[in-house]
Amino acid sequence: MSTEPLIFQNSRDGRGAKAQWPAATDGNALPDSLVRKQPPRLPQTGELQTVRHYTRLSQKNFSIDTHFYPLGSCTMKYNPRACNTLAMLPGFLMRHPLAPVSRSQGVLACLHELQDMLRHVTGMHAVSLTPMAGAQGEFTGVAMIRAYHKARGDEGRTEIIVPDAAHGTNPATATMLGFDVREIPTREDGDVDFEALKEALGPQTAGIMLTNPSTLGVFERRIKEIADLVHEAGGLLYYDGANLNAILGKTRPGDMGFDVIHMNLHKTFSTPHGGGGPGAGAVGVSERLAPFMPIPVVGQADDGSYRWLDEQDLPQSIGRLSTFMGNAGVLLRAYVYARLLGREGMERVAEFATLNANYLMARMKEKGFDLAFDGRRASHEFIVTLKRQKQELTLTASDVAKRLLDYGFHAPTVYFPLLVPECLLIEPTETEDRESLDAFVEAMASIWEEAKTDIEHVKGAPWDLPVRRLDETRAARQLDVRYDFNGEAAA
Amino acid sequence: MSNVPADLRYTKSHEWVRVESDGTMTVGITDHAQAELGDLVFVEVPEVDRALKASEACAVVESVKAASDVYAPVSGTVVAANEKLADAPELLNDDPYGEGWLFRLSGDAAEAEALLDADAYSAEIG
Amino acid sequence: MPFVPHTEKDIQEMLSVIGAPSVDALFDEIPEHLRCKKLDAIPSSAPEMEITRVMHERAAADGIALNFIGAGAYEHHIPAAVWEITTRGEFYSAYTPYQAEASQGTLQLLYEFQTMMCELTGMEISNASLYDGASSLAEALLMAVRSLGRKASGRVLLPRALHPYYRQVAANLTHAQGVTLHEVDFEAGTGLTTVAAAERAGVEAPTAVVISQPNFFGGLEDVDALTDWAHAQGALVIAVVNPTLLAVHRPPSEWGSKGADIVVGEGQPLGAPLSSGGPYFGFLCCSKQYVRQMPGRIVGRTLDLDGKPGYTLTLQAREQHIRRSKATSNICTNQGLLVTAATIYMSLLGPEGLSRVANASMANTRKLRDALTALPGVTAALSAPFFHETVLTLDRKVAPVLERLSDEGIVGGLDISGMYPELGNALLVCATETRTDADIARYKQALGEVLARAKAA
Repeated sequence: MSTEPLIFQNSRDGRGAKAQWPAATDGNALPDSLVRKQPPRLPQTGELQTVRHYTRLSQKNFSIDTHFYPLGSCTMKYNPRACNTLAMLPGFLMRHPLAPVSRSQGVLACLHELQDMLRHVTGMHAVSLTPMAGAQGEFTGVAMIRAYHKARGDEGRTEIIVPDAAHGTNPATATMLGFDVREIPTREDGDVDFEALKEALGPQTAGIMLTNPSTLGVFERRIKEIADLVHEAGGLLYYDGANLNAILGKTRPGDMGFDVIHMNLHKTFSTPHGGGGPGAGAVGVSERLAPFMPIPVVGQADDGSYRWLDEQDLPQSIGRLSTFMGNAGVLLRAYVYARLLGREGMERVAEFATLNANYLMARMKEKGFDLAFDGRRASHEFIVTLKRQKQELTLTASDVAKRLLDYGFHAPTVYFPLLVPECLLIEPTETEDRESLDAFVEAMASIWEEAKTDIEHVKGAPWDLPVRRLDETRAARQLDVRYDFNGEAAA
Repeated sequence: MSNVPADLRYTKSHEWVRVESDGTMTVGITDHAQAELGDLVFVEVPEVDRALKASEACAVVESVKAASDVYAPVSGTVVAANEKLADAPELLNDDPYGEGWLFRLSGDAAEAEALLDADAYSAEIG
Repeated sequence: MPFVPHTEKDIQEMLSVIGAPSVDALFDEIPEHLRCKKLDAIPSSAPEMEITRVMHERAAADGIALNFIGAGAYEHHIPAAVWEITTRGEFYSAYTPYQAEASQGTLQLLYEFQTMMCELTGMEISNASLYDGASSLAEALLMAVRSLGRKASGRVLLPRALHPYYRQVAANLTHAQGVTLHEVDFEAGTGLTTVAAAERAGVEAPTAVVISQPNFFGGLEDVDALTDWAHAQGALVIAVVNPTLLAVHRPPSEWGSKGADIVVGEGQPLGAPLSSGGPYFGFLCCSKQYVRQMPGRIVGRTLDLDGKPGYTLTLQAREQHIRRSKATSNICTNQGLLVTAATIYMSLLGPEGLSRVANASMANTRKLRDALTALPGVTAALSAPFFHETVLTLDRKVAPVLERLSDEGIVGGLDISGMYPELGNALLVCATETRTDADIARYKQALGEVLARAKAA
């Protein structure tokens, strides 16, 4: 594939997509002292040339629509097109966030019903949709835990417990809320070290952040006992919903004893990942945390009409976390997806996600790959470790990831969780057919064979992509994060 | 096999200390540590005059894929820091016991003597 | 069920490979007492045809009003090509570009975006975006605290004329880390934030001073004086700017004698539809010396094994997946899809198009003000020069008037009398380049009738 120049290199003074320009007005109405001297060097290109440039760039991407994308922990399942089309109806797109409630009943009805569906499927008492991403959902959850203890005058709770296998966002979030992070180890079978947990709990414990199934791809079997222990110590339980797809319709975080959860709607409810966002990180809460929910929340009056609840309705709220009400357009997509699935579908998402993961795991084992947690059931994802291949052939997880791209598969998540050496975290999701899974297994086996005969070829991968392996050290040491107009002119 | 000079003292967290003739102590990270981290892209050293307690996190070394705190091996006050590393973090990969030093402390040199010697550290890193 | 391709035969064969008797057996590690009951409270599955009808009806129920609200979200024309390309599956259904070689499209686009934001703001570094304008301000405050290190007092001065929601979000997202916010009053009559008022706030050794250009009232601040004053206090200057304005306004890098240190804002005006408040994106730019304290994704240009240029995420060691509890922020994503739209938008508009948008919006808001203040009972509340938004005062309560206008299909602005009681019956209005003379005339006529009718009654 040829190199696509930067759009700035195609720019010529005087060109432009002139159909997009409004009529010129008389001069610049700014006070003279504020007027810009040099216009910004935005591109000057024709409309076709711009369309072609970005269409070509799009073709350099792997995506769910074009490739199997088994990126563990990210739930890359089909994003139904209907969700996008229906969320982008003009009535939704043109609605100003501060438009009067009388002109907002359509969108509020969708959001209120989404709140309800999420509440039921997670077993929580109430739901707020405002957090703009999973990480902000985490912030929201831990902020509510903080507000809860504070409201009770329980000031000495300064610690959040996090298992060492947790996503990096968990400790980062706890720090943002001023907590000390206490890490506890994971046992060899993937469960939390129960004794270490007991030791860590105390009057300083504000709460614990858990993912279940864990990032290791296994279900925490003693979750109920953990919940009881933490509650006895006066702490609250936070559920990181990154892996909710594994249990949807099978078991509910609310029933496990969690006080607060966030849901990555861009994972479980299939809203697009968009090249890294926008997400949506709705939170569900137990009864005791409900007064602290962030605003605004959609409420329904006795006459059936909807309105935003604000500080007046929720005086103990942790407050507003986004300029308006979160990523409403993403929430509409999640709403359409939830309605398309309905209860019949929601009860079975985890079944097919788990069937695909266990099938893929069994096939990988058949081919001789080592599983990190052999003997455990896979949840919706599982881990292969290449420790042996690295020792015998110097074949690393990164080598396999890059070579898979040549075979037309996006790589699984590599080097996470940090606890497993040379790991590939593989999540096929429920929307893949068996043939894709089989083809992936064959590709993995083929790469292993290649490594035995020609390791250098594997280490040189990818060969067939727009670029070969990129020098990340150079990128960090010689920071180049914007086009150098002058450098180009000189050249 | 990584290089573990016999005349230095070491910590389990992979720092080395050299007691200089003027009694100050130079601190860096070991050859083993830099090899584990890979190509470094950023090094943050402590400010001069900062008072450090032993085991206090006081510097950061980053590669593309990892970031690691460096801990003060002994207590003391920072009297010099290797400012060259800001623009040339690769010095630490190329010469961890020389040009890649991190900072210099004034403190009690006896504290350094109590750390691991080369044999003990070599055993530690297997 | 929808979107699952498995046949009954597939399921049976897959189970036999796994060696499990049934799908249910795959969940045998979940204790029996935790197994879910039926989800009867959730509606039954709706085929696409059925949900399509529901959504069309609901979208139509909200209707398309003639909108005169800005207040942080602006209705601009979005070229058709922007979302046609943005929703191509290759952009829409890709993930964060962790595998750089398989994501060169998104990565090159982000590099172009960073360049464009540097051009607009005049700053040296831009990240690949944050969630929205208000949360970006919060991130900028935390970044300022980290940048000053142990010297940071954590005290931040911000104008009361800054968007009230930005002030709330900034407080909510930063207070746990010891940041305290101190408000600077605006001048009666102009609505502007003066150096004298900043002095009067009496905050010693502020870590940062926030300057909003324009401010919430649309007013244009004396950014040079404020910037120089803030630097004289040893504070970092955080500019909150409207990106459309920067097509014609001196960039923050040139404010005062040293320029702003960090620049943030709401990216929505650059190609994102109003869409009930999101998804939008926040941008954050800074001078090079603060880059290591910057939150969020950054894309860098580098070389591949053959020496060919390519793009990759860089400086990742600042981020949560590596630094964990010591990360610059817990943020993982940027708002990739919105940035895709914004990059295409800026490319299509170019410097000429974007400056025309800014100037036309300014001109239309002046026309709107002149038209409405010609009505009895409507006056201009503030005398300062303004961008594409301004405050009017009515001779009666604003809310009932807006309700009547809404019945006429006009969203007539935002009632800010609750947010700013000192401004009385204050109405914040905006007319972008999308409002025509006929639109403004229609608003004038409707408002005249509403005011006259109420007077008669």
